[in-house]
Amino acid sequence: MSDMAKPAAPASAQNTVPALLQTLGIWIIFAAILAFLPFVFSANAAITTMCLMGILVVFALSYNMLLGQTGMLSFGHAVYYGLAAFVTANAIKYYLAGGNVSLPLIVIPVIGGFAGLFFGIVFGSFSTKRGGTAFAMISLGLAELVSSSSLVLRSFFGGEEGVSFDRTKLAPLFGYTFGPQIQVYYLIAFWCFVCVALMYAFTRTPLGRMCNAVRENPERVEFVGYNPQFVRFLAFSIAGFFAGVAGSLAAINIEIAQASFMGAAQSGLVLLAAYIGGVGFFVGPILGAILIQLLSVKLSDFTEIWQLYFGILFITVILFAPGGLAGLLMMHAPLWRGPMGTRFARMGRLLGSYLIALVPALVMVIGASLLIELIHHVAQKSAEGPAMHFLRLRWLTINSHSLLIWAGAVVALVGGFFAFRMTWPIVRKAWNDAAADAQRSVS
Amino acid sequence: MLYFLMAAGLTLIFSMMGVLNFAHASFYMLGAFLGYQISQWAGFFPALFLAPLIAGAIGALVERFGLRTVHKYGHVAELLFTFGLAYVIEEVIQMIWGKLQVDYRKPEILDFSAFTILGTNYPAFRVFMLVFSVLIFIGLMLMLTRTRAGLIIQASLTHPNMVGMLGHNVPRVFMLVFGLGTALAAVAGALNGANQVTQANMAALLGPILFVIVVVGGLGSLLGGFVASLLIAFVVIFATGSDASLSKIVPWLTGVQFQPASPSLLNDVWTVTLAQIAPLLPYLMLVLVLIFRPTGLFGTRDT
Repeated sequence: MSDMAKPAAPASAQNTVPALLQTLGIWIIFAAILAFLPFVFSANAAITTMCLMGILVVFALSYNMLLGQTGMLSFGHAVYYGLAAFVTANAIKYYLAGGNVSLPLIVIPVIGGFAGLFFGIVFGSFSTKRGGTAFAMISLGLAELVSSSSLVLRSFFGGEEGVSFDRTKLAPLFGYTFGPQIQVYYLIAFWCFVCVALMYAFTRTPLGRMCNAVRENPERVEFVGYNPQFVRFLAFSIAGFFAGVAGSLAAINIEIAQASFMGAAQSGLVLLAAYIGGVGFFVGPILGAILIQLLSVKLSDFTEIWQLYFGILFITVILFAPGGLAGLLMMHAPLWRGPMGTRFARMGRLLGSYLIALVPALVMVIGASLLIELIHHVAQKSAEGPAMHFLRLRWLTINSHSLLIWAGAVVALVGGFFAFRMTWPIVRKAWNDAAADAQRSVS
Repeated sequence: MLYFLMAAGLTLIFSMMGVLNFAHASFYMLGAFLGYQISQWAGFFPALFLAPLIAGAIGALVERFGLRTVHKYGHVAELLFTFGLAYVIEEVIQMIWGKLQVDYRKPEILDFSAFTILGTNYPAFRVFMLVFSVLIFIGLMLMLTRTRAGLIIQASLTHPNMVGMLGHNVPRVFMLVFGLGTALAAVAGALNGANQVTQANMAALLGPILFVIVVVGGLGSLLGGFVASLLIAFVVIFATGSDASLSKIVPWLTGVQFQPASPSLLNDVWTVTLAQIAPLLPYLMLVLVLIFRPTGLFGTRDT
């Protein structure tokens, strides 16, 4: 660790007073948004969704510490999330709720964090010896090992039912017992804020920078005199800590820890969230976590096979936008230069070209989803008769046996695709014009 | 032997193209479902031929329009792409055939017991599966080592630029090899789907084991895949049949008697039998092999 504790880079232009205020302002706005969200979206379902979002944000950021920052593709990050959830649940059930130790619920995620850190150190000590595909394979093997042992070690993992507990039995904090969901929301929001701030701070430390160097070129790091294996190990353990906090929050949220917390599906979900959001940027996983959680709630209202749409979205992002959502947004940052008036005018023109391309893209997406829903209906629900509601819209009943509908879906898909291709030069021209304009206004 | 047929396709794809195909088990599942659907219309044997053909064609298209695009972003992107593909294939299969198992049966001419060992009947269909797999294995080996096509394939692996200079279309070779690998997986699916249950979680059950075999056997080695699949099958079968546990072994070895309190973690560890942890053993082997011998048993290349 001593060689990591070198002084940071000399104060750059970013550390001037206005820049500092700006940074501080962003965090204050973030805290304010977290605090006021329940007033805007006050429905019970919305608050439940926001709780899940907060947990997934912490988990996805911790995952990104591995994938985005240090370049380690893990297929088993849910192991630390799940184990911490079980440690939390067991701790509350057997030792804390009895009243002999009076800890308020709000400090419990620290227990989960240290559990995650502990297992991160244990498993990381050998799995981080190598990077790349070998690491991915070891993480996959470890995940399978731990999740299948949960069915063998019944007294700790509680077998099929999991370990449940009553969160209100802990010592109250200022009279709050954390029974109602809204109080749990604030608990999660508090930890979400703390973890996001800590993880952002981590990216600015010399160790965080070293992680990026290991991602880019481990051999070079070794030549410079650092041990890439040790850097990977440290990043892995710290990521384990934050995954543990997230797992602990998840257990507190639904008052139970289950074997599914550690499963491959959970590891896959966090990978999806981080990657769709964009692993190259700090805000990426936050965006991804919010989007994935929102989609999984909203899409399931419209269609039974919403997970298919998820998978298609993921593949589309890998194929066409490897930077994720954040990458797409950040592409526009260089255009946001020069005097205010020209900035907005420039963006307006670019958005106009996007709108032109959006119409055929929408036609294409509607055609594709119509086709998917038709196939699903004919293959799975032929017993219910030919009539179906497209996307469960009550006013939109279609006859799935009519050839016209099928032909329409295919025409919309294919026609939309070619029309979309034709609008591409328009978008490219608008983009080039905007870039040239931005260049001119600066120089 | 089924493991081996799968591992052969995966090894081919991996050693050839350097793509660790996460969706390989999904093509196996696709083969099983296509086999079921075609056997409904045309009978088992046409299905056994057509299902791999269709799955191989889909695989080739995936390579052409998917993998080749992400190739420039590096190995991690390729791995992620096949991971997403596995997810999508599973969902598509659920969308068309549902989550429950389908009624995919072995053909009636092969539905009898071939011979009897130790009082258990050995079904003829298994013999057929075994013979079929061995024939495919021999054919594959001969093709790779003895024919001109095999020569070009092997050369494309090591010296793609040189082969390209000689006038061969290397990207098309890659596409065909990927198609061949997925078709092999689909053969295994079409065979084994009829033998065991065919349902939408087949891939998730088999997928991780495949990686164990390829990694333990050594990347890029067909022989290694063969040995590892036998080894793992034996270990699992032996462990499943054994009821040894720490509570039996330790007193037998040392004479120490010890009885932990009954509902505790220590008690769980103490009394768990080898049969209960049998499904865990392959993964334990994977982790150990990767730690101590990253090239695998017969591998020549690093992971």
